[in-house]
Amino acid sequence: MSPSMIGLYVFVLSCFVGYHVIWGVTPALHTPLMAVTNAISAIVVVGAMLVAGHESPGDGTLPVIQIVGFFAVLLASINIFGGFVVTNRILAMFKKKEK
Amino acid sequence: MEHNDLFALAYLVATVLFILGLKGLSSPKTALKGNLYAMIGMGIALVATFLNPEVKQYTWILAGLAGGAVIGTGVALRIEMTAMPQLVAALHSFVGLSAVLVAAGTFLAHQQDGALSGVFLAEIAVGSFVGALTFTGSLIAFGKLQELLSSNPVVFKGQHALNAALGIAMVGLCVAFVMTESLPLFLAMTAIALLLGVLLIIPIGGADMPVVVSMLNSYSGWAAAATGFTLGNNLLITTGALVGSSGAILSYIMCKAMNRSIVSVILGGFGGEAQVAADPNAPQKRVKSASVEDLSFMLENAQKAIIVPGYGMAVAQAQHSIKEVLELLQAKGVETKFAIHPVAGRMPGHMNVLLAEADIPYDVVQEMEEINAEFASTDVVFVIGANDVINPAAKTDPKSPLYGMPILDAYRAKHVFVSKRSMKAGYAGVDNLLFYYDNCSLVFGDAKGTCDKLANALKENH
Repeated sequence: MSPSMIGLYVFVLSCFVGYHVIWGVTPALHTPLMAVTNAISAIVVVGAMLVAGHESPGDGTLPVIQIVGFFAVLLASINIFGGFVVTNRILAMFKKKEK
Repeated sequence: MEHNDLFALAYLVATVLFILGLKGLSSPKTALKGNLYAMIGMGIALVATFLNPEVKQYTWILAGLAGGAVIGTGVALRIEMTAMPQLVAALHSFVGLSAVLVAAGTFLAHQQDGALSGVFLAEIAVGSFVGALTFTGSLIAFGKLQELLSSNPVVFKGQHALNAALGIAMVGLCVAFVMTESLPLFLAMTAIALLLGVLLIIPIGGADMPVVVSMLNSYSGWAAAATGFTLGNNLLITTGALVGSSGAILSYIMCKAMNRSIVSVILGGFGGEAQVAADPNAPQKRVKSASVEDLSFMLENAQKAIIVPGYGMAVAQAQHSIKEVLELLQAKGVETKFAIHPVAGRMPGHMNVLLAEADIPYDVVQEMEEINAEFASTDVVFVIGANDVINPAAKTDPKSPLYGMPILDAYRAKHVFVSKRSMKAGYAGVDNLLFYYDNCSLVFGDAKGTCDKLANALKENH
């Protein structure tokens, strides 16, 4: 089986996992759900890091690949930090009313 | 090989932690722990990638991560809860653009290393166009939510034909790119996808915003999954699929709550300023207006009251004043609850967050299905900033654009008071039949002003 085919298996099965997990989320927490999915979809940062960390041409030319990678890392990590911090803020609001 | 397996194992742990993180959201009690799991998962993924031997230099990565941490944390700590839909839309756009840049960067890097194959190029192309659609689509959604753009649908003749033509052109360029490995073709394809992202979102009106935000949430997941195929990374594929299905399910829930099909939402043209021309032959209908004192008196003497918040409450930032009203009513022994329609506000769960922000306990906040049967036995319903979601036309008038949409049965209560700024129609541009009911009175004024006055009136009669 080619790597792309394995990827397809993983993809389809993950959609089923997602389907079941997400229906279990209580409607009151749909906003933090969006915020946290936002944060984890920034997992593209893995790809961004590979681009930004690519070997430099070493001939003194502009490191185009690395600059593209830098912006990709920057945007993805705004998402990671922004998404997780705001989710935490929202959930803390729900938490404190338990007492 | 052993080495690679180690990384794959770390990514697997991260995947499991993400799933546990989402599972935590099944209850407010476990949600914070869930978020922590997801954060740890992300941390593991970052560290594992950092140690990957394919990474040859760290300066650009560290600069990007540091910049993102400062900007992301700064914005997240300062953002007002009412502005959450805009923040989410903005963050979606970042994921989209990041996916485009990763696709472009990966293409250039592999071109330099001379390692390109047809499947790989196709995966790059898909990653780029899904990312590009997410990027510009989310920017337009952001603009509409932030009111930088009009929230009215933008429709013009031949719109769908144009979109279809652009879609075909994009696929054509995509195929050509795979055959020729040409960078200009890649860029042209991405440019068309960027344009298409704009065109797909502009015809969608303000009323459908909860669906749009959910849909773009879904797109951002598919963009991540597509990037995962490009990189042959199962963590990205899994995470993308989780996020993609999450957004898709939310879109489905929102559509169902508006009795609209996803296709009709995407085709757009619904909502915006009132387009319904007044029928000159229609009998003059009368509305009753009431003072805040009337409302205060009725509430005090009620046994059971339900408050229905809507987007107007968010706009007026009235949630803290409502909390005061809630406490005063509870002190007087009035059983008070909140009723939330699934599409109240501009994104799923928007009202719940605002009420939580005001310290209102989540056990008095109920969803439509839970509370709808209780309206008939309720003495007073107080509606703040909601309109279409309580319009009985959805049940009684087959000609109404709202017909068939599930509503909160506020009209069945003994008395309904609606806080309103003016007689303007709701976001769907539809007249609200409830206002002409005998048991309904309108309290004119700004939502926050009305709630403050109400709290004062309740205090005086203590």
